[in-house]
Amino acid sequence: MRVALFITCVNDTLFPGTGRAVVRLLRRLGCEVDFPREQTCCGQMHVNTGYPEEGTRLARRFVDVFAGYDAVVAPSGSCAAMVREQYPRLARAAAAASERETAFEREVAEVAPKVHDLSEFLVDVLGVTDVGAYFPHRVTYHPTCHSLRGLHLGDRPARLLREVRGLELVPLPGAEECCGFGGTFAVKNPAVSAAMCADKVHNVMATGAEVLCAADNSCLMHIGGTLGRQRSGVGVMHLAEILAATEQDAPFPAGEATGGRAGGAR
Amino acid sequence: MSGTFLGMPAFPGNAAAAVRDSQLRFNLHKATRTIRGKRAAVVGELPDWGELRAAGKEIKDHTLRNLDRYLLQLEEAVTRAGGRVHWAADAAEANRIVAELVEATGETKVVKVKSMATQEIGLNEALAERGVTAYETDLAELIVQLGDDWPSHILVPAIHRNRSEIREIFREKMAEWGRAAPEDLTDEPRALAEAARLHLRERFLSSKVAISGANFMIAETGTLVVLESEGNGRMCLTLPETLISVVGIEKLLPRWQDLEVFLQLLPRSSTGERMNPYTSTWTGAAEGQEFHLVLLDNGRTDVLADEVGRQALRCIRCSACLNVCPVYERVGGHAYGSVYPGPIGAILTPQLHGMTRATPASHGRGISELDASLPYASSLCGACFEACPVAIDIPEVLVHLRAKAPHPRSERLAMRAAGWIFDRPVRLARTQRFGGRLRRFVPGRLPGPGAAWTDTRDIPDIPAESFRDWWDRTEGSTR
Repeated sequence: MRVALFITCVNDTLFPGTGRAVVRLLRRLGCEVDFPREQTCCGQMHVNTGYPEEGTRLARRFVDVFAGYDAVVAPSGSCAAMVREQYPRLARAAAAASERETAFEREVAEVAPKVHDLSEFLVDVLGVTDVGAYFPHRVTYHPTCHSLRGLHLGDRPARLLREVRGLELVPLPGAEECCGFGGTFAVKNPAVSAAMCADKVHNVMATGAEVLCAADNSCLMHIGGTLGRQRSGVGVMHLAEILAATEQDAPFPAGEATGGRAGGAR
Repeated sequence: MSGTFLGMPAFPGNAAAAVRDSQLRFNLHKATRTIRGKRAAVVGELPDWGELRAAGKEIKDHTLRNLDRYLLQLEEAVTRAGGRVHWAADAAEANRIVAELVEATGETKVVKVKSMATQEIGLNEALAERGVTAYETDLAELIVQLGDDWPSHILVPAIHRNRSEIREIFREKMAEWGRAAPEDLTDEPRALAEAARLHLRERFLSSKVAISGANFMIAETGTLVVLESEGNGRMCLTLPETLISVVGIEKLLPRWQDLEVFLQLLPRSSTGERMNPYTSTWTGAAEGQEFHLVLLDNGRTDVLADEVGRQALRCIRCSACLNVCPVYERVGGHAYGSVYPGPIGAILTPQLHGMTRATPASHGRGISELDASLPYASSLCGACFEACPVAIDIPEVLVHLRAKAPHPRSERLAMRAAGWIFDRPVRLARTQRFGGRLRRFVPGRLPGPGAAWTDTRDIPDIPAESFRDWWDRTEGSTR
């Protein structure tokens, strides 16, 4: 199966380790992984902040770049939901504005359904829940809003995590509540965003978990940044990083600090 | 909309103040979570909730598509049943019509059934200017009126108050408006309710004019429907000699039978009850009573003209979206500066006022700073859409309105720059490498707009190598 990795701009720029983990994991499961170099950003930030023209331009780039693949895998529920939920709307609006735009609408209709979040791809397309991972830590999982209410990932991430050897999955109280990131919401309404995160962090701490896991690094940047500011000691990891971990290939080998993304001082 | 909230600063400032109010946070946390739990339980027990929701959406959409026809049908039916129908294009016209109707009775006091539409047009204030006092009779509205306060929730306007605050308001203010609260009033809910009962009973028995809104209007029969929990509404609807109902034109349903759907959707979504306690219906003028229906547009036909935004007109004012909203839960209703707070308010208020042009409601000034900030008062988490009994895709409308809202210049420049970088992979790669070189010099606390992030959160370490550079170097073959 010819799989394209849609890394997302946030992961590409700030969390390359997540991308490396996806590549490692998918190759271990027998996929041929390609990284189309022409990709940049899905346009979510522009569209959701009120700049649909720029967003549509990026959507056109996206469907051009990813046409022709059997599947496109994104380590982000939010960006996958952007393509699947919002691209058809952008294409409809473009088609309403100009009759020549039906080609774009057609391309979106072809490409968007092939775009999967990582856990959807593993469970629904590859049909695996045991990916052969080993991660001997106490972990809690935050279902990000777009993966929960946008993509309806349901229990897919939990089923994957439960099969990880050594991993103790503890339920997160109030899991379905938004962490307060919301893209530019985090800086446009910083007080509310922080108030929402205060409750999320409280719930994370109550689980006694070492690591908070999610399918979106942008939300983890927000929750992890707050956990870090409080020197909570709780680390954050993308689902891909946990699923890629094996005994031979541990993300943080014994004796080594868990690194900059854990809740330590910068 | 009414002038009551005019001149309020934008949402982020209001919200920043609200999140620091411990009493407010405590009251809201407790109240929203209680209602949320009740709603989830009674919605969860219906196996056909999804179908009911779809039916509610379809009926409303059908009605809105044929609003012109159904409104005329309603007018004819109400007139036939002895009522008089008045058409009001905006708040000022509606207020003038109601005031003149009240003046024609010679009365200077009116009792009111809880109504969002009359708050929207600022009716109480308009009547006061003409020497008519409007008495709110819904318990929560009474608390708001006595406390010289603003409502902060569609269903529970005094949700921001707890019972000890209510006791103080009753003790201090009830005597100014009528029968005083008993000397030994406690903050027991039963005692507070009894004080309100005695206070209001006097009012009901002495009032000759009542003003109401309506939850639904039935086009085929000309029937109006009010749902309430206390029975106060029924007192107002039945006792006075003159009844004036002010209703938004979108409250219409084509057939009596359509109520079947909405009388299931509304109580379960709003109060978390299986069945509504007091459902009053009336058709035209009852014997010996005079009935006037004021049909209110006030921006609604403009909303109807917007293909994406018009779904907001499906709203049945249940307030389920407020109760599940993580933003509302933390800031309360006042921060939204409108009688319609929460997620539905964030899409309804700016649309009713007119997103892009100067309307009479915006006093010719174009969109206010507050209205422009409302579509951004959401993290787009989608909990509102999930809870909405008529499937209003509130996040979709928020995003749609954000595209119409005026944007600050600095943001426009930043977005244009980001668009330019994302337009070519080579530009993105160069930006990433530049960031990678500066990684050691990024301070823990950023100046300027970056402080909005670093005030409460650390920034992630900027990696030395982006993913795309790693891929170019290794073809993804090593760690």
